[in-house]
Amino acid sequence: MPSATTKLPAGPHLPTPCFGATTGSWRTHRPVIDASLCNHCLLCWLYCPEGCIERGEKLKVNLDFCKGCGICAHECPRRAINMLEEA
Amino acid sequence: MALRRFLNGNEALAEAVKLAGVEVVAAYPITPQSPVVEKIAEFISKGEMESEYIRVESEHAALAACYGAAVTGTRVFTATSSQGLAYMFEMLHYVSGSRMPVVMAVANRGMAAPWTIWADHQDSVSCRDTGWVQLYVENAQEALDTCLQAYKVGEDPQVLLPVMICLDGYTLSHTEEPVEVPEKEEVDAFLPPLRLPVALDVENPVVFCAGAGPELYTEFKYQQQQAMYAALLKLKEADAEFAARFGRSYGGTVEPYQCEDAAVILVTMGAVTGTAREVVDGLRACDQKVGLLKIKSFRPFPAQEIRDILSRAGAVAILERDCSYGYEGALCTEVKAALLGLDGPPKVYGFIGGLGGHDITREQITAIYRYCLEGVQPGYGTDHFLDVAGARDEN
Repeated sequence: MPSATTKLPAGPHLPTPCFGATTGSWRTHRPVIDASLCNHCLLCWLYCPEGCIERGEKLKVNLDFCKGCGICAHECPRRAINMLEEA
Repeated sequence: MALRRFLNGNEALAEAVKLAGVEVVAAYPITPQSPVVEKIAEFISKGEMESEYIRVESEHAALAACYGAAVTGTRVFTATSSQGLAYMFEMLHYVSGSRMPVVMAVANRGMAAPWTIWADHQDSVSCRDTGWVQLYVENAQEALDTCLQAYKVGEDPQVLLPVMICLDGYTLSHTEEPVEVPEKEEVDAFLPPLRLPVALDVENPVVFCAGAGPELYTEFKYQQQQAMYAALLKLKEADAEFAARFGRSYGGTVEPYQCEDAAVILVTMGAVTGTAREVVDGLRACDQKVGLLKIKSFRPFPAQEIRDILSRAGAVAILERDCSYGYEGALCTEVKAALLGLDGPPKVYGFIGGLGGHDITREQITAIYRYCLEGVQPGYGTDHFLDVAGARDEN
């Protein structure tokens, strides 16, 4: 019997996004980083429970998986992250 | 040259864990399992075994720690009994669903209440549907040998399933007997290093235990079932290879004894098999056509083999140390199902005994044999409970 099983790994262990499923739609508030205030201390990157802060010249938020918990905004010592309500 | 030593089942298992080169052990103490992990802790403290020993706050945490260690691709071990196994229940499914070849010893003990520390199989039989391979052993030697085979089978790329080695508390866990302990080099030749297809790798990150929608959930569960069927074959292969290397065989899944021409076949799991074997020898000496079928693998259930062996008998008596309350012994139901549709099937009688440490005597097993000879029509869902004063006349 042909089955998708043959293409799947043994056990549900896969790179993200697993099975194309994202969790960003669970969010009601989105973090917005003010680059003029950010000094790259990376506390947001450290504290984000979903690993959604992407490092680089400018920090970015992976909105496919950010659930809008606001921990990054809460932890930011320079108040460079604001939680913006989404429509 | 293998050394013959005087070991109990717990110590034999600890020796097997050392020989298998287990790298992480996490366990929480519970009677009658504790000496397994105490012995392992001693090996580690003496430098005889290079392993990480994680002390945890509960059995749930013990298996969670084993799971975490297993995803890094290391060989792990834990052990428990009774209430501890019940406390692990949630993690049992996580480990099997994630296809991690964790090996766990269960020193079988009855479930409270009434509180007991003595043996029966209710603890592990209650975990029948958790997706673990369940192997029941007859003596300390088989415990050691089965532990080595458990890693071999569980880690097979076509299997990748956790394995439970079940040994009757005290009767096997605490009773010394001569046990042949193989050499490390011999074991290394039998048991190659673990290679998981997906293991924790910082260069190639993956989500372990990802969520899945209904369609893919079903696919993964179907895969688990296929892996169980593959394990049936791999258990036979591992046993055959083990026999070739070490000279001992247990049939892999089932072990028939004197079944070829038997009119009555006794079916057992675990330590009571040894007593039943003696009874069979005694009856055979009196020209009684009786046989014995030891079920080693309760999951996967070797239904076809059982069907083939039992189909030739006139009557079958299943003697087990568990009860699926409201129906009959769990093994009895399984065996009956395996015989379904046979032309002229044997009569099947279920007997529940040895609960909470009650001895199962030779006299009782002989009486069971005589009862089966009488040809009484067996009841369904109304098993015979041994040792119950009030029920004796009724049955």
